[in-house]
This record gives sequence, structure tokens and C-alpha cells, in this order.
Amino acid sequence: MTTTPYLTAEQAEAFGRELDAIRDEVRASLGEQDAAYIRRLIRIQRGLDIGGRALLFAGVLPPAWIAGTALLSVAKILENMEIGHNVMHAQWDWMKDPKIHSSTWEWDTACPADQWKHSHNYMHHTYTNVVGMDRDVGYGILRMSPQQKWSVWNLGQPVYNALLAGLFQYGVALHDVEFDQVIEGKKTWRDAWKRLKAVVRKTRKQTLKDYVLFPALAGPFFFYVLAGNATANFIRNLWAYAIIFCGHFPAGTHTFSAESVENETRGRWYLRQLLGSCNIRGGRLFHILSGNLSHQIEHHLFPDLPSNRYAEIAPRVQALCEKYGLPYNTGSFARQFGTTTWRVLRLSLPGGQSLEPQPVAA
Amino acid sequence: MAFDLSSAPRRVLARFAAALSYPLTPADYFGTVRADGDALQGSVESVRRAAPDAVTLTIRPGRGFARHVAGQFVRIGIDIDGVRHWRCYSISSAPERADGCFTLTVKAVPGGRVSTYIVDRLAVGARVQLSEPAGAFTLPERLPARLLFVTAGSGITPVMSMLASLDARGVMPYATVIHCAPDADQMIHGDELARLAERHPRLRLHRIYTRQSGRFTPEQLETLCPEWRLSETWACGPDALLQTLEAHWQQAGIAGQLHVERFRPRQLAGVPADAAVTVRFARSGCSAAGRGDQPVLELAELQGLAPASGCRMGICHGCIATLRSGAVRDLRDGTVHAEEGDQVQICVCAPVGDVEIEL
Repeated sequence: MTTTPYLTAEQAEAFGRELDAIRDEVRASLGEQDAAYIRRLIRIQRGLDIGGRALLFAGVLPPAWIAGTALLSVAKILENMEIGHNVMHAQWDWMKDPKIHSSTWEWDTACPADQWKHSHNYMHHTYTNVVGMDRDVGYGILRMSPQQKWSVWNLGQPVYNALLAGLFQYGVALHDVEFDQVIEGKKTWRDAWKRLKAVVRKTRKQTLKDYVLFPALAGPFFFYVLAGNATANFIRNLWAYAIIFCGHFPAGTHTFSAESVENETRGRWYLRQLLGSCNIRGGRLFHILSGNLSHQIEHHLFPDLPSNRYAEIAPRVQALCEKYGLPYNTGSFARQFGTTTWRVLRLSLPGGQSLEPQPVAA
Repeated sequence: MAFDLSSAPRRVLARFAAALSYPLTPADYFGTVRADGDALQGSVESVRRAAPDAVTLTIRPGRGFARHVAGQFVRIGIDIDGVRHWRCYSISSAPERADGCFTLTVKAVPGGRVSTYIVDRLAVGARVQLSEPAGAFTLPERLPARLLFVTAGSGITPVMSMLASLDARGVMPYATVIHCAPDADQMIHGDELARLAERHPRLRLHRIYTRQSGRFTPEQLETLCPEWRLSETWACGPDALLQTLEAHWQQAGIAGQLHVERFRPRQLAGVPADAAVTVRFARSGCSAAGRGDQPVLELAELQGLAPASGCRMGICHGCIATLRSGAVRDLRDGTVHAEEGDQVQICVCAPVGDVEIEL
């Protein structure tokens, strides 16, 4: 497990100051074009949503069903990834538009926004890849770091992984209920129950919309709409799962011990974010569909900078990494997803220490 | 929202539409189709020069926008470089205006980001956000026998609305208007006032050009409006003028007959970083004394409050709270937030001068 690799204390702080400078510069340059980007994207997303659902009413015709399902899938992917996730990160709070604001946004998924903001923005982004503190290291069900203790339960990991991929939105919602913390005695059942009730309330509304009301509106074509909606949700789940798992688990990712983050400086925090995150190469459309989580490194360094700016920040971060002799983990989707899947499989068995990269001493 | 919820079937329909559009609202989808559905949005119908450094905007609000009472102000939100800024401006037109529009007159304040934007760059057709009209600087239902108005600069705007309303209703009482500006060119609404005075013999107008005749002093009232003690007075303008008037009315023992409206000056950020400050926590009803280099979160916790917080380093936004008044500074990059209603990260923002925050 990595403690304080790569940089001396002075180097780490210098590295941090350079990143701070990038943040300040980008923050100061935000303007009308950025605002136009997110508003346009939201309009496009809502248009795709309406278009997809309209086509599904004609779902008895196979081309209409396929097109409708495809549009709705893309709408749901955009809504969760490039819009919802990033708005809730406060990336657009600077516009002071209460309709596109982290404090008011609710998204089209099972997990309630306020629970997500706590577990994701705070826990995951502050303690990224710290085993025992960042619950995204395995989500309480998978062994994703060799430093996590192996148990017989982990033998079934490939199966849980497949189920998680297909039911990802429910996995995320239940992850926030933190049952594993209750079992370990760190949280009370009352806490979990309160959160679970919020999840159930939200899931009921989501279910009512996609699996009762819209199908019912279609009358005799009930099942076409139901199947289209279910397929769109399933595709969105798979896509979100694949992109998110590529963020912190591909080969070369570091994990950290709780001791290593005690009294961590700003520079060291930046360094940990870099070492714990991985990018995916791709074109502009791919980046947008991934919610720019294909720029996971930049996102983790600057979680509240607007995602449309990550692409221009990336070469600057990469140049800094070269300057300081730091790894910058990027690769094709096939490489990142392939090595992630290998990690899931390998760590279902005991051992696997070789998956943790060896840091270069400062 | 475009729905009228008066009847039961419509209510059911609205609930159905809400369930279909969850977690958004039907309005969010309609908003992508048509833009005029929201009462609290308006469009700029015309921009007219009112003085070399001032413009009069005619704004058409969305359907269902509440009618103002003459003398009230409205908050208007304008997007400048992608950021929404809110400012209060008095409405200068009469509520009786038939076309549903209203006017505001905005004077460019040197260095003022919003007022200079409005005067120099705001164009016809621009969309603006609106709040409902508000304010208690209004005429009573039963008009007093004699009215006196003392205004300076853009302070004439709420009074213009009152006079236009009296004109529209045809109930002009005996009234004196004393309106000050540096010269005729820079006088806002000077011509409209003159036209009103021509039509209404009971309306006496005194235009004071201060560059010519010096600043207005209360002593001049003895000649301009000898019956000022018997009048009900409304005054609006720079703080110095209002303070002089208040002292004068106090001395005469008739402070209750003077009504003033202050355009609050914007707080400036020239306070040294370690200056002693007071932070008021509006919801908890307590205050903390601190320094300008201590995050608001820290000050709140020292006070025994436990506001929601997370990373304590400015990345998770779990601690954002609403600024009520004053200004705070982001300790990371020095950004100052000084607008009422700003959402600020209290773990990295420290007070600049005295601050009130919604905690």
C-alpha cells in the first residue's frame, strides 16, 4: 500500500501550487460559453428524452422501438453522467442559477441526491482510494484492493460484479445506505433505515414513471414501452458501471492506508488523487457520454471545475506529471476495462499483492 | 407554471404530469419548448437613454407576474459572463399601465458591474429574471391632503411611479416635487415631471440643478414648500441627503411624517484580512466575534453550532450556506462573494467585515 511515494515534501507542495494555479486560472476564465454549454446540453438531453419516449409509443414498429430505446438510453446516460453527476458536484454553482445548482438538483436514478452528495462528493472525493475510508473501493461487496482481507464470500465476486453492473443504479443507492457499516457496528440500524426509506420513496417514483405511467399511457402498446424503458435503464446501468469502474481500478492504480492520509497536506492530497485515478482515451462524444469521467484524473484534482474544461486541462496536468516524474494513468477503454475486470477476477482469490504498483521513492 | 389548478380534473392532470416528469417538473420540459411560461422571467422590450449615464428599461414580465404598488421595487437577475447577478431597482411606471409592462431606470454606478452592464450592454430582447415586487415605500390608500417628495438622482424612480399612478387614476392631490440632479442633462425623468406638472395645476415642480445652485438644503423648504410641516413627505436619494432630512424632520418633531427609501450601498471589500468582525447566524439567532481570516464554519463551531460540513477543504460543497448580508472571501483564491443570496462554502470562506449568514 502506498504511503508517501514519488515526491519529497517540498516537491509535493510545489506540485500542489502549480495545480492550484491551473484551478484559479480556469475558474477565473469561466463565462458565457460555459453557461451556454450546460444549458444547451440540458436542452438536448430533454429533447432526446421526449423524442425517445414519443418513439416508444410507436414501439410496435421495430425501427421505432429500437430508435426510441436508443434515444432514451442516451438521454438517461447524459442525465446521469454529464449533467446530474457534475451539477451535483457544484461544477455549475458559479452561474448562480438555482435551476442548475448542486443544492437543488435531483437526478433520474434510484439514489437520492443528498445521500449521493454525502457519500460521493465528501467521502469518496476526500478519501479517494484510502482503504477503509473510501467506500467506493469495492462498494462494501467486492474486494478491489489486495489490502482488503480476503474471505470465502469473495469467491462469488465475478457473480456479484455482473449483478452490480446490470442493477447499478440500485447498487449505488444501497451502497449509500451503508449496510456493511451497520453490520460492523459503525452505524446504527436506525440510520440505515432512515436512508433506506428515502431510497424506497425515490425508487417508487422512478418505478412508477418508467414501468407504470408511461406504459399505461401507451394503452395497447403497454409492453413495448415497458420493455423500451427497462432496456434504456439497463443500458444506462451497464454504461455507468463500466465508466465508473474504469476510474479507480485499472492496472497501475494506487490504494492508500488510513495512516498515510493523517495530516495530509494539500500537495499530498493532489498527489493521491492523481495516483488513485485513471483516464480513458476517446473522442469528444465519448468524453461527453462518459460525463467526462474519462478525465477522471482532472475530475479528481478539480472536482468542482466544469467538466467541459477537463479536456483542455488534461495536457497541462500530463505535462506537470512529466515534469515531476509522476505516472499519468491513461489508456484505451479496452485496456482500462480489461485490467479492471482482471482485478475483479484475481482478487476473488486470496493474495494478489502484485496488483499494487510499487511507488518510486522520492 | 402554465397550469391553472382551479378544478379537480386539472389537479389530477397536474399530478399525473408531475409523476411523468419526475424528478423534474413539467415546467422544466415546457421551458425547453417555450420561454414565456415563467411569471418570474421577463424580456427587455425597449432600452431608452434617460441621461448620459442612465437608461430606462421597459420589461415585459411573464404571464401571471404580480402587479406592483406604486413606489415598490423589484429584484432583477441578469446573467453577465454566465453568472447571474441580482439587483434591486424601483419600478418607475404606474401599476395602471395597460400593456402589462413596467419600467426601471438604471444609473451606471462607477465600478458597478451590473449597473454599467445594463447601461452599456443590455439589449432589446434580453431575458431577465424577476422577483415579485416588494417594499413599503408606498402611498397610503387614503391620500393625505398635501404631499411632498424630495428626491435626488435615480431616487426619483419610485416617486415617478407614484406620480404616474396618481395621474392615471386622476386623483392628484396638492403635491410638491423637489428633484435634484447635477444639471438638466443628467436629470432623470425631468421632462416627464414637467409634463405632469403642466397637466396638474396642483402639482408644483422644483428642479434643482446642483452644479448651478449648489446642493439642496432643508432650509430651502421654507421657500420651496412652506407648508412642509403639514405635508406627508416621501424622500429617496443618496444617504447624505436622507440623513439631513431625517435630522430636520426630527428637530421639527414630525419624524413620523417622513418616509424614506434607501438604495443600499454595496459593501466593498477593502477590509484587512485579520480585522475583527461579527458574524450573525440568522437561523440560530446568535453571533460570533472573529477575525477576517477565520472560515465561517470554524466561527460557527466555536459558537457551539454544528452546521453540515464535509471535506473542510472546499471540494465537496457539503457546507454551502446562504449569505444574507455582507461579504465573504474565499481563502483559497481571494474571490469575494458579496451578493445577498449567494451560496458560499463556509469551510473555505472567511468574513470580510460584518456578515449575516443563514445558519
